[in-house]
Amino acid sequence: MKRRVRAVAGLAALLLVVLPTAALAKTEIHLWHAMGGQLGETVNELVKQFNQSQADFEVKPLNKGTYPEVLTGAIAAYRQKNPPHIVQVFDVGTQTMLLSGAIHPIFQLMKEQEIKVDWNDFIKPVTGYYSKDGHLYSMPFNSSSPILYYSKEAFKKAGLADKPPATWKDVGEFSKKIIAAGGAKCGFTTSWPSWTMLENTFPWHDQPFATNQNGYTGLDTKLLINGEFGVKHIGQLAAWQKDGVYSYGGRMGQPDPKFINGDCAMLIQSSAVIGGFTKSLKFAWGTGPLPHWGPPYKKQNAVVGGATLWVMKGQKPADYKGVAQFMKFIAEPHQQMWWHVTTGYLPITHTAIKNLEAGYHFKKNPEQWTALGQLSGKPTANSQGHRLGNFAQIREAIEGEMENVFAGKKTAREGLDAAVAKGNDILKEFAAANKP
Amino acid sequence: MSAGGTFAAPARVAALPRVVEAPRRRAFDWGSVVVHALLLICVAVIAFPLYYAFVISTQTVQEVVARPPILRPSGHLLENYAEAWGRSHMPRLLWNSAIVAVVSALGKIAISMLSAFAIVYFNFRGKAIAFWLIFITLMLPVEVRIMSTYEVVGSLGWLNSYAGLTVPLMASATATFLFRQFYMTVPNELVEAAQLDGVGPLRFLWAFLLPLSWANIAALFVVLFIFGWNQYLWPLMITNSEAMRVVVIGLQDLIPRTGTHVPEWNVMMAAAMMALLPPVAVILVMQRWFVKGLIETEK
Amino acid sequence: MKRSVFRNRALPYLLVLPQVAVTVVFFFWPAFESLRLSLFRTSPFGDKTAFVGLENFRKLLTTPEYYQSIANTFVFASGVTAIGLGAGLFVAALATQKIRGLAAYRTAVLWPYGIAPPIAGIIFLFIFHPSYGVLPYWLGFVTSYEFNWLLKGWVAMALVILATAWTHVGYNIAFFLAGLLAIPTSVLEAASVDGAGAIRRFRSIIFPLLSPITFYLLVVNLIFSFFGSFGVIHAVTQGGPGGATEIMVFKVYKDGFIGLNLGSSAAQSVLLMILVITLTALQFRFVEKRVTYS
Repeated sequence: MKRRVRAVAGLAALLLVVLPTAALAKTEIHLWHAMGGQLGETVNELVKQFNQSQADFEVKPLNKGTYPEVLTGAIAAYRQKNPPHIVQVFDVGTQTMLLSGAIHPIFQLMKEQEIKVDWNDFIKPVTGYYSKDGHLYSMPFNSSSPILYYSKEAFKKAGLADKPPATWKDVGEFSKKIIAAGGAKCGFTTSWPSWTMLENTFPWHDQPFATNQNGYTGLDTKLLINGEFGVKHIGQLAAWQKDGVYSYGGRMGQPDPKFINGDCAMLIQSSAVIGGFTKSLKFAWGTGPLPHWGPPYKKQNAVVGGATLWVMKGQKPADYKGVAQFMKFIAEPHQQMWWHVTTGYLPITHTAIKNLEAGYHFKKNPEQWTALGQLSGKPTANSQGHRLGNFAQIREAIEGEMENVFAGKKTAREGLDAAVAKGNDILKEFAAANKP
Repeated sequence: MSAGGTFAAPARVAALPRVVEAPRRRAFDWGSVVVHALLLICVAVIAFPLYYAFVISTQTVQEVVARPPILRPSGHLLENYAEAWGRSHMPRLLWNSAIVAVVSALGKIAISMLSAFAIVYFNFRGKAIAFWLIFITLMLPVEVRIMSTYEVVGSLGWLNSYAGLTVPLMASATATFLFRQFYMTVPNELVEAAQLDGVGPLRFLWAFLLPLSWANIAALFVVLFIFGWNQYLWPLMITNSEAMRVVVIGLQDLIPRTGTHVPEWNVMMAAAMMALLPPVAVILVMQRWFVKGLIETEK
Repeated sequence: MKRSVFRNRALPYLLVLPQVAVTVVFFFWPAFESLRLSLFRTSPFGDKTAFVGLENFRKLLTTPEYYQSIANTFVFASGVTAIGLGAGLFVAALATQKIRGLAAYRTAVLWPYGIAPPIAGIIFLFIFHPSYGVLPYWLGFVTSYEFNWLLKGWVAMALVILATAWTHVGYNIAFFLAGLLAIPTSVLEAASVDGAGAIRRFRSIIFPLLSPITFYLLVVNLIFSFFGSFGVIHAVTQGGPGGATEIMVFKVYKDGFIGLNLGSSAAQSVLLMILVITLTALQFRFVEKRVTYS
């Protein structure tokens, strides 16, 4: 009896020594991301799930600021020969990453690590955006598409049916009715103005955003947003701004409060805010797809926004095993479903979507289905995505000119022409700096 | 903000003399009421933004963006502050910020005192070069030279370290300027007397100049502490781990800046209130010396 | 002025060494690195570099946005300085009228200096917000003009100027207080005996005696708002709308961090450095001039 107690005690003591050291022996994988606030907590939770699922690697997530700050930080670290293993880079940084020579393509990583991935399981708009020569270069992480949110209360007050406007014409009419009935001060506003009103509206109507198939097939790309379609669309928005139907609310998510506090009856924003709105909106609301101009324009598909995870070169070879395992982990249906339900970002594999369907998830959350619905179908050359160098800067320039238009300082044509001139200049710089 | 030299004055501050003597008339009482009223208005205007920040830190997200704006504190103070404290690992953040602020302030004061002393009290070859080398750094923010400074710090192996966080902040000559100005006002007789007594330079610095400079040092400490505490971009760039973050970064962390999730301004303001207490406390505690220190230096 | 010096040979070198070392390593080395970078066109990750000589500078000096940013910088700096000095002098003058509660008032106006610029910026963002801010709400009772800083450049500029000036008014008040309290009362008493009214006293006695401080604060405020005011703009407007609040320092950051155009950003840094050196040299010329007749 005593011997057994001693043996157990000895084993316990041994474990107490061995376990911590075993934990210490975990290889660290560094993940730099831009998810602050509640999102950051969710990322930490996801990473914790991975860390607990195996014993060799420990992923350490770090919020390195905003998307541009994360990218610049990664660049600076890379130049110092000390980059993190994984970096979250936003959609507009795709071209920069692709041409950088600093990344390890994800398809190659998985092949080297002999991890089987069904690349066809990823939905087409996602693979279209982030693939080159048919291979996926970065792992999709947080993807969303822009949808229309509307306040059911405001609609009711104006005597409108509880259905979102499908066409831009309807948007105008509904807005005017709502304003007249006192349901809101303005009809609608748009977050991420360039992303929603140009980068997505063009593919949605199967219109080319830029030459070279939106930059996919060459570096000598030029913007096409100042064509007839662009002028018509932005021109209408500018006219509505004067009327009060549309109220420009700023860049990124700055316009959101206008919808939250009831100033505007409708909002065009990323599907990723569904979760936040579910918690914070005090009124009944619904969603609908991005409005469309109708014939003669085709209804094509929207492009994904958000960010993906890129693997950086220059790590210890043994570390890549952990990186690959982490990537496989987050692409698994279970994690996809958990991530989607918790954050509101879209599930990006067909398997995950089917599983969610089977669980009546989309019946209970029709808004999410709205977002996914816009991404279905086979993309055309105009709607597979955008591959523009220094796109962040281009977006900056475009939004600056949009502001000039909405402030009444320039006409839509003048503003778009100026935006194209600046954008083309930026593209030229990029091409020159990345001459192969 | 640089704290360069200031205006000459014999230090008769203690009495706080009345500057503007108005003739004693009955109207004078109304005058003082008006002055009090104006001052109170000024204080209210200046304090309003902070009051508003406090109000936001007690509200819910809907109340924050409500229209018309709600200006009374709401009832969520405890939960917001608890949330901010826990989520951002406040203690560690405050500790790191304190180290950056105190070390960079004291370090800068120390090296500046020594250089200013050398420049004023010695003649040596290369003095002019040293002078100009130091003084042309007077004001160029880190943000402007950040990428190259990052590379330099990286080459020294100081990434993600307290050294990397604090030392680059010491590289400007504002404190040296202040000390130089001050030393130049010290009466020559003092130096001559000390030399006659056989007092060496270091002893002179320690026993004579240092006591005279307390007010200056205090004023400088306030300015430099605040400067170090409120740094954002530089610490963001060179810290690679949660353990090294400073409080201003922790604040930004609380706002989802991807623009696709509703920002929790209330929690962020709660964190901001906690973050601004130390520098404001430093000002409050040291403000008497702050003003005194400005009076006692001479241009 | 003959000044006594100590005669040690090696000691002065040792004394200046720490500061010179820090300055060389953390100022000059990065400065030269920036200078070098400004002559190249590099891809963001540094894998492709090409020497382009002064091309980055030429490009910069021929883009209207650069001159716009210079203009913005001057407007911003003047605004911050004018409001900061004006308000500072006003409050300081008030605070020297009464003895009772002087310390309390002084405390109450000094503390905003400790608030980090980004925080100040965000608070003012709330105050100015066209949708839920107090200021447009109150102004809405007086006028129907829409103070929308998201679209109107001048409103955005007013926002950042006020936020920046707010954090600085405490500093200016402290200096003005110091200066006002140092004016010998005998001079003022003599003037009031001579029958000079308050305003006249201010104009002909107080203001001239205050001018060295005013000058000093002028220079310091200008330099600060030129170079050190990055935080507010970064936190609030990011240079918008349409570049209306893009000051030079912010443009350096934007082109480098967001545009990843390290060559152009470095070129702007170089130009800024030249500007700083010039301003510093000018300041010294004037400062030294004042010293002689103090």
